[in-house]
Amino acid sequence: MSFKILSKKQLSENVFQLDVEAPLVARSRKAGQFVIVSVDEDAGERIPLTIAGADPQKGSIRLIFQRVGKATAQMADLHEADALGYIAGPLGQPTHIQKFGSVVCVGGGIGNAPLLPIATALKEADNQIISILGARNQELLILEDEFKKISDELIVVTDDGSYGRKALVTEPLKEICSRDSKPDCAITIGPAVMMKFCCETTKGFNVPTQVSLNTIMVDGTGMCGGCRVEVGGQTKFVCVDGPEFDGHQVNFEQMMKRMSAYKALEQKALEKYRDHKCKIGLK
Amino acid sequence: MDAQEKMLNELIKKQQADELKAKDRYEIPAQDMPAQDGIKRRSNMNEVALGYTETQARLEAMRCLQCKNAPCVEGCPVRIRIRDFVVAIAEGNNEEAISIIKHNSLLPAVCGRVCPQEVQCQEYCTVGKKFKDPEKSVSIGRLERYVADLAKEGDEVPGVALPTGKKVAIIGSGPGGIVVAADVRRAGHEVTIFEAFHKPGGVMVYGIPEFRLPKSIVQEEIDVLKKMGVELICNFIVGRTRTIEQLMTEDGFDAVYVGVGAGLPKFMNIEGEHLVGVYSANEYLTRANLMKAYQFGKGADTPIAVSKNVAVLGGGNVAMDSARMAVRLGAENVYLVYRRSEKEMPARVEEVHHAKEEGVQFCTLQNPKRILGDDQGNVVGMECLKYELGEPDDSGRRRPVAIEGSEFEIDVDTVIVAIGNGANPLIQQTTPGLEFNKWGNIVVDENCKTSLQGVYAGGDIVLGAATVILAMGQGRIAAAAINQYLHG
Repeated sequence: MSFKILSKKQLSENVFQLDVEAPLVARSRKAGQFVIVSVDEDAGERIPLTIAGADPQKGSIRLIFQRVGKATAQMADLHEADALGYIAGPLGQPTHIQKFGSVVCVGGGIGNAPLLPIATALKEADNQIISILGARNQELLILEDEFKKISDELIVVTDDGSYGRKALVTEPLKEICSRDSKPDCAITIGPAVMMKFCCETTKGFNVPTQVSLNTIMVDGTGMCGGCRVEVGGQTKFVCVDGPEFDGHQVNFEQMMKRMSAYKALEQKALEKYRDHKCKIGLK
Repeated sequence: MDAQEKMLNELIKKQQADELKAKDRYEIPAQDMPAQDGIKRRSNMNEVALGYTETQARLEAMRCLQCKNAPCVEGCPVRIRIRDFVVAIAEGNNEEAISIIKHNSLLPAVCGRVCPQEVQCQEYCTVGKKFKDPEKSVSIGRLERYVADLAKEGDEVPGVALPTGKKVAIIGSGPGGIVVAADVRRAGHEVTIFEAFHKPGGVMVYGIPEFRLPKSIVQEEIDVLKKMGVELICNFIVGRTRTIEQLMTEDGFDAVYVGVGAGLPKFMNIEGEHLVGVYSANEYLTRANLMKAYQFGKGADTPIAVSKNVAVLGGGNVAMDSARMAVRLGAENVYLVYRRSEKEMPARVEEVHHAKEEGVQFCTLQNPKRILGDDQGNVVGMECLKYELGEPDDSGRRRPVAIEGSEFEIDVDTVIVAIGNGANPLIQQTTPGLEFNKWGNIVVDENCKTSLQGVYAGGDIVLGAATVILAMGQGRIAAAAINQYLHG
């Protein structure tokens, strides 16, 4: 298998979209599932990325990722017709899709990407979709048009007010939960701290809330346990028990600490990569 | 000519004159395994045990009494004709020795290195019994390794029967899967191995470190399979990429072998296990071995903790591997914390010796009560309890009992939990109709056949925690059953 990049698009300064050849994954993936991706077959890091979409006919999947460390920087430097080292998946439990009634879908930053296929599947199951999309500023907002198509109501917020409403996502979320007909459930995907506050908001209104977690993983099949989180006082593995959990039960504080485990090492690796790129004359 | 060679020459003369008596054999000193220096190897990943010289191998083989009843064979899970191959080495006939071994075992270079011989073949050895010391038994494993390494270069590819038109899927490319692939392919069936990781070999590449089992040896075995025409597909997670049912009903596979390993690490369920710096042994070893984290920033992208003081919890081979890996990754102090005494440790004696030589500090009869963290969530210490041994438990080993009020703290920044694996739920979640026991292990009959027609299973997913050789043994049984099923 070649995992060739069929198209590449830069969605914002650090967010990239790749359509990649992965026919087996494209055929079997369901909303909410993720893949493990590596740029280099021999020495690359294994990165878990939620599948943002798929075209089974073309045999391709869509990956949307943020340039954070060395591995994602390297991936962002790839071009059309280049190939990824490998893609393994789909992994994780698919989202439980049924008719709930009205569902609030809250996406933040890059979280809009994994949220889109779930919101789409929920829409197809006849739910009323209220979407709240947040970003730090207009430049960083992604997939607004796609969400417009599937949402019965769409609210966009930015931290700096450069686009949409100047607010954090929790503000409209609170208003929606306060309505006479409060939503039947919520799903929120974004930075851990955003999911944490969304869950605190909905908890007060007793609105069941799913979150999709993206913790540090190695194999993605249950073997390493690096992705473990505490949910309702019990240890769960994001890769095989998740990635979606009852957000009201997740220990976010602990999870955020675990997610920063390699920050210093990753920073060094990224600097080294940039330095190397300068020396060999890449832009 | 050195003393050893002189001794060997005299023994050969006696052997040729048919005058080599048991008494002479007892007098031959047990041959030590040449090894890399204990201090030097603390900072490299190269193999520790270097292998016998020709003289050593022949001397060691001459220690064998050539017992009529060959009790050693009873101790071998795949019943290699041990006495016969040892006799062949004693007579200088190494090629015959390897062909005897290969009749029963497909991976002698691996098994010679990682089998727990002291509780298998060597436990039954008459020489060991005579000296009342199992370590004085004939070193069968080292001899197996010796001839396997000699044969490696001109490794011939086993013959394959005419195509049968039948297709077999093998899930997992660990030792069990490799054996099944070879045996089933030999019978002329088309074979595809599906591997979830990006490299084949299973536990032999992600788990067992380079310094104990060089990856090139595993790769050679995989290459032999490829030359036989076995197809290998990596990055394919059966259950998710395709289910077993899809493989059989849509993709045309007539039989399936499930050898996915254990693969769900157990934790202690104590306070502090979510702190940064707490690893399962699986994660620690996978990062270090498969992902080459020891070369982080020098070509490899997967990071691993930079540790000063490491505690490894457990007393098995995986615990030894983790401790010795931590030493090589630069830790100043590595403590092996085990709640029983050294005598009860399930690890191979040789691994315990090697760990000690490399400076791993053994803290027996103690166990953690909780792991201590700082505000950022990093491990800063571990509170332990002292233990004593009580009455024997179900396993026959004396039960460790905590001594109340014996709490004490040790200063560590990394904790590696090596207390075993549960069953991975992936196949169970995605294979309706397949029968599992209450621990999540697949239920099989004596032929490794599962509750589903055409589906066979073996290794850790059936046995719980086993060894490479037990997985291979089951693989052999399953392959025979699959071949029979497809011919029937």
